[in-house]
Amino acid sequence: MSGPYIRPVSRTGWWLTQPRYVRYMMREISSLFIGGYMLIMITGLYRLSQGPQEYAAFLAALLGPAGVAYTLVTFVFAAYHTYTWFIVTPKAMPLVFAGKRVPGSVIVAAHWVGFAVISVALWLLMTAQGV
Amino acid sequence: MARSHKPIVWGLFAAGGTVAAFVLPVLILLSGAGVALGLLPASSLEYENLRSLLTHPLTRLVLFGVLFLILWHAAHRLRITAHDLGIRADTLVATVFYAIAGLGSVLLAIALMALA
Repeated sequence: MSGPYIRPVSRTGWWLTQPRYVRYMMREISSLFIGGYMLIMITGLYRLSQGPQEYAAFLAALLGPAGVAYTLVTFVFAAYHTYTWFIVTPKAMPLVFAGKRVPGSVIVAAHWVGFAVISVALWLLMTAQGV
Repeated sequence: MARSHKPIVWGLFAAGGTVAAFVLPVLILLSGAGVALGLLPASSLEYENLRSLLTHPLTRLVLFGVLFLILWHAAHRLRITAHDLGIRADTLVATVFYAIAGLGSVLLAIALMALA
C-alpha cells in the first residue's frame, strides 16, 4: 500500500537546502535588483528631461540613505551576474580555433579583459566630460 | 509547425545578459554608486553635466539599447525565478513582468527623445 518514499520538498524554500542552490538563487534574484535599477535609471532620465528641479529631487532621493543602500546592493549583484555570466559563456558557446577546442578558462579570461577595457573606457569617457 | 515567441524572448535574455555582464557594474558606479563611495565628485551627476553628456543622438541611442536589453533580460529572468519559487501562474507572471518592461521601454524612449 505504501508507494516509494518521496522526500517532501518545499516548493518555495527548496533552494535553501544546499549551498549551490543558494548560489543559483542569488544569481537569479540578481535580476530583481538589476531590473529595479533599470527602472530607477529610466526614472532619472525622465526626470532629467523634465527639468532641473524635477531632476534635483530625483538625485536627492538617489543619493539618500535608501537610494545609496539599494545602489550598493545592486552593484554587488551586478558584479555577481558578470562573474556567473562569464563562467557559463564557454559552456553556452564553445569555441573551436584551428581545429582545436579553445579551453573554457581562456574564453572566460578574454571576457574579463574585455570587461576591464570597457569599464575603463566608459569611466574615462564619463569623467572626461568636464566633471 | 506552431509559431513560438520563445526565440525572441530568449534572444533578448541572452543579449541583455551579455550587455549587463560587460557594462552594468561600471554603469552603476558612474550613475550613483561612485558618488556614494566617494570615487566621483557629486558634480558628475549634476543636471548640466548629464544634459551635455546626452546631447549627442548616438549616445542616447546606445544608452537606449543598453537599458532596453538589460531591462528585458531582468524581466525574463524574474519570470523564470517566480516559477523556481513555486509560483505556477506563469501567464499572469509573464504578463506582469513583460508589461513592466514594455512600459519602462516606452518611458525610456520618451525621455531620451525629449532630451534632444
